[in-house]
Formats: sequence, structure tokens, C-alpha cells
Amino acid sequence: MITTENVPALQVAGLTKSYSLGTSWLSRLLRRGSSTLTALDGVDLELRRGEVLALVGESGSGKSTLAKILVGSTGPTAGTVQHAGSAAGKRDRESSRRVQMVFQDPYSSLNPRLTVGAVLGELLRLHDVVPRSEVRAESIRLLGLVGMEADVLDAYPSQFSGGQRQRLAIARALAVRPDVLIADEPVSALDVSVQATILELFSRLREELGLSVLFIAHNLAVVQHLADRVAVMYLGRIVEVAPTAELFASPRHPYPRALIDSIPRMTAGSVNDEFELDGEPPSPYDVPAGCRFHPRCPLADDGCRATDPALLTIGPARQSACLKADELATIPLPDLTPLTENADDAVELPR
Amino acid sequence: MTITDLSSDADTAARGVIDPSVPLLSVQDLTLGTGTGGRRPVPIVEGVSFDVAAGERTGIVGESGSGKSLTLRAIAGLLPGGVQVQSGRISYGGTDLLTMSARRRRELMGPEIAMVFQEPMTALNPVMRVGDQIAEGPRRHLGLGRKEALDLAVQMMARTGIPDPARRARAYPHELSGGLRQRIMIAMAVSCGPKLLLCDEPTTALDVTVQLQVLKLLERLCADTGTALVFVTHDLAVVNQTCSDVDVMYAGHIVESGPVAEVFRAPKHPYTRGLLESAPDFDRPDRELVPIPGFPPNVADRGPGCPFAPRCGYVTDHCWTAMPPLAAVAPGRLAACFETDRLGDPL
Repeated sequence: MITTENVPALQVAGLTKSYSLGTSWLSRLLRRGSSTLTALDGVDLELRRGEVLALVGESGSGKSTLAKILVGSTGPTAGTVQHAGSAAGKRDRESSRRVQMVFQDPYSSLNPRLTVGAVLGELLRLHDVVPRSEVRAESIRLLGLVGMEADVLDAYPSQFSGGQRQRLAIARALAVRPDVLIADEPVSALDVSVQATILELFSRLREELGLSVLFIAHNLAVVQHLADRVAVMYLGRIVEVAPTAELFASPRHPYPRALIDSIPRMTAGSVNDEFELDGEPPSPYDVPAGCRFHPRCPLADDGCRATDPALLTIGPARQSACLKADELATIPLPDLTPLTENADDAVELPR
Repeated sequence: MTITDLSSDADTAARGVIDPSVPLLSVQDLTLGTGTGGRRPVPIVEGVSFDVAAGERTGIVGESGSGKSLTLRAIAGLLPGGVQVQSGRISYGGTDLLTMSARRRRELMGPEIAMVFQEPMTALNPVMRVGDQIAEGPRRHLGLGRKEALDLAVQMMARTGIPDPARRARAYPHELSGGLRQRIMIAMAVSCGPKLLLCDEPTTALDVTVQLQVLKLLERLCADTGTALVFVTHDLAVVNQTCSDVDVMYAGHIVESGPVAEVFRAPKHPYTRGLLESAPDFDRPDRELVPIPGFPPNVADRGPGCPFAPRCGYVTDHCWTAMPPLAAVAPGRLAACFETDRLGDPL
């Protein structure tokens, strides 16, 4: 039986986005075929109600393209996005309102010529969120949600620091009362000492407002801190989905495994060598045949070069697109003893 | 021919710059600022002093606006327009770089001191083949011919782990990925066998798996050739992986200095402690993050006291009126804090 409780907030099925390139007059004149860049290649993903789902992957893996399709700023080439309670693939004003976005750079995402009050007021009036007489009170309530005072309503974005601007950007996203927030690297442009305040804000909003958050990030320490589940992307595909603790304890795809081994550590102990990857992500214009990760994969064999693995369920709440997911589970992660627990040895620096 | 051959001791002695009895690099009481000619001078970096010994790897960490990159640029003589050295001394092997003629200083850049920048796309010449860009330094400083210099460039590219270097040497920067471009920058920087390599956030623009490759490359190159490293970054974990010593900068001042492992385990300045507590640590996921309240000060309107006082949990009346000096607090450890004894270990 389907109840509203277990309908996901967002359900993405077979989402594909390709960009056609090389149709310049010169190419047409020379009768060259046009080339196609597939930024997303058959992505299936669900965002559950009230969860923080992290989406990680290298630049060019398709994370931001997925975010753009989810908020409707671009359409997919194929596949559907279904919002809770609405028909698959249908995009109307209502479903647009329910999915809002927080961008990476709060210095460029806020209009420098509008006051905070004007930014929030415009949205509240346009979407008839509250009666006109209550716009000011609602703006103050929104600022309170993100930990800011009413006296900033008449200020311009340039009067705020990076962390405060990101709070304002979050207040703006919340103005139309969405149930899904898409946050594209929301802390990576901020100083380390203020990142924690924004992460804290996301956790609190999720609890207080029951928001579902898709959190796009490349900093795995941040992801580990905030997310309930993690989806890892590589070259336009999702290669592994798992609950956060399980992913970091026992990755079942070699790419997330290599990501984990590459994280610079705060405590003594050098990063592990065994799973260091050669080379860089291949160009999305020229996706390798077979498993798209095989040219960089330390475990790849002939099977991997021939077969393109599908994202399969490999355990409760876990999916992996690797032919060697079981073999990988037997290779232990490096044991890095935290500095605090072994202070005497720790002063010796690794060479 | 290898890097070591090129920078043999006899070669350096002939240039007459290295005095082995003094630190390789010594920055003394360096103050950088804007505003000459009528306007009130605004110091951006104030009273910064540190030494780097030959072969040592020192990290400078701080948030944006802390002055870490400007300090590095002052050493390289590449300060942006409008920022001047107002006082202090930067000596390389005992010779003051600031009083040296511009010509003499240029001669040092490349064979003695080299720099790796954050953005390899903007730092490379877009209309010149990368092999020729790497060969430029060896031709100029080592007196190599065109063909020899290009051969050396290809060797350098191989050394930095670029696959198929002979073919890639003919590529233009836009044809290469971010990681390869950063390797080209590093190959260029080490092509004349410098004794001191200055790195300004060299991995910030790279993906994490590629970052690891580049950090390891830098570590290996420095270990092989005995090159000293000054590594500027905002990422504490990257410092831990790359450097043996660290200087922590806040609002234009060095507030703490010491061996990385000790500073991270038992910081002696409240700002360092705050940074460590606010940054997520991958190995301790359950630890609560404690943000530092407030935000970094504007350098233009600072009071006479400690720049961290408005955000500090240990602040006393004294902190508002006097700037604490960077003083020894333990063997090998320096901190600029009046209340350092009250500081507990981080969470």
C-alpha cells in the first residue's frame, strides 16, 4: 500500500541529458557528423522525505546538470522527474515552487542592487505566499529561520560577509515554502571557520521544517558530517548509493573507494597508496566502452572492459554499478589511528 | 641530465647567493600595505617573521584575507599593484631580496626561487606550446640551446608523471586537463632546479583524486632534490599531508607557529583551536563541529588590540588594548596570545 509517508520527495527515472555540439557552419560545410556530449546517462535516484542525500563526484560528472534539471532550469533529453504527489514529468508552477535551489557562490547569487527586504518581498508577493499586509512579518520570520535579525531588511548584500550572504540565499530559497532544497556546493566558497555554521543550519532546517535536501559536494568530510545517504557519480552515471556510514566504512565501487583513500587527513598518518588512481576522469565526449571507470580502476579485467555494469541492488538500501562489488568488499580500508588516541607516536611525521 | 645535476653546489656557489650558516629564507618583520600618496596607509600584513631552512616544508594556513598569499607573493616579488612592502626584510641565503636590483632579483627567479600558482589556466600562456613554456627558463638561466632545453622540458614533464610527454609538449594549455596543467606548472617551476619552491594553493582547483597525485608529486620532487617548500593553503588536512611545520595567519599576523603534528594536537592560540574544531575531520565523524562566532575583521578598521579578540572565547581586557607578541610558549612552538596557558586541547 502506498501512503504519503513513503512516497519519495523526488523520484528521478532514466534521466538523460545530452548536448549536441559541432554543428558550426564549418562542420556542416565539411559534412562532419555532429558530436554529442552526454552529461547524464540514465540516472535513477530517489530523494526520500526529510533526508539529506549527498551527491558527490568529480567535476564534469554531471552533478550540476542533475541539479539544474531538478529545479527546472533546463529540461532532460529523456527520462522523468516526479515530485511527491504530482504526475511524472509534469512541470507546473506548483512543482517549481516546491523545489528550490541554493547556489555555491553567495557573492554572485544575490542581486547586489536589491535590499534583503526587496528580494524576499518580491518572492512572497509573486507566489502569493502570504497576504500583502503580512509580507514584512513573513520576511522577518524567514530571517529568523536562518539566524538573522529583522534589522537587515533594508541592507544590501554587499554589506554582509560570505556566511551571512549564504544565510540570506537560504532564506530566499525558503520563502516560497519548498519541500525540497537543492544545495550546489553551498559551503565550498566560504571560509572554514564559518562553514560549520551553514552546515548546522542545514541540519536544523531539515529537522524543523522536514525539508528534503539534495546536497551536492566534493568535500567528503563535510558529506560524512551532514548526509544520511550518499550517491556517487562518475561520468554521468550514478555508480554507488549507500547510507553514509556504510559507504565510508565499506565502499562497494572502486571509484568511491579511491575517493575515500584520497581524502587528506587531519590527523597523522598518510593517505593510502593502494587505491591511488592513475590519470584523470576521461572526457565526457569520449566515454570508454565497457565500465566507464575501467581505464582508471586497479581491479579492472577483461570483463570490465567488455560489460557496462548496471546499478544493481547489492544489499539493504545499497546499490553499486560494479562487476567486482563483492571482491572489493574483501579489501580492507587502511587503518589510520587518530592522533589524539596515540599522541606519543603521532609526533613522528610520516615521510 | 637531472635536476640535481643542474643545481649542483658549484653552480650555486658561482652565483654567490647562498650562505650556508643562515636559513635559506628569512622573513623578518614584514609589513605589506596599500595607500601611499595622501591616503592613510592600511597594513594588510603586519610584522610577519619566519625562517625556512634548506629542504624544510612549511605550510602557511589562514582564511581568505589573512594575508597568506600576499606574504608569498612578496617573497616572489610579485605583489599586485597598489600593495607595497612598507617595512621588513626578506633575505634569501643571507642576501636581502628587497634591496637587490630588479635585474639581480629576476636572475634568482627560476634557478633559485620558483612559484606554483593556484590557477594553472590563467598562469600559463594560452598561445604558447607548453613544452616551449617549460623550456623558456632553462634557456634563459641555464644557457641551454633550443633543442636541449626542449629535451629537458620533456624530461621534466615525464618526471611530473605526464603520460606521453613528447607529444604533450606540443600541446597548448587549453588542450590539457586541470591536473595536467598543474603538472606543467610544477615542471616549469622545478625546471631550473630551484632551492625554494613557493606554492599558492596549488591543488585547490583540482578534484580530490588528482589533488592526491599532485601533493605526492610535490613531496617526491622536494625529497629528491632537497628543495624547500613554502605551501600556502586554507585546507588544514592538506598542510598535515604535505608539510612538517606550519604558520597560522589571521588578519595579517602570524598567530601560531610550530611542527604540524604538535600544533594540530595541542594548539596554543584560540584561533588555531577554533579552526580545528570547526573543520570536519574525516576520521572523527561523530565529533560536533564548533563554528568560530563572527567573521574575520576588515583590515582597514582594526583596533589596537589582538585582531582575534572580537571572536575569541578567552578574551580579557588586556586583549583589547595591546597586540600580543608572537612568543615562545614551548620548545619549537610560538603563539601570539596572552591567554595561551588557559587554552585546553581541542575536542
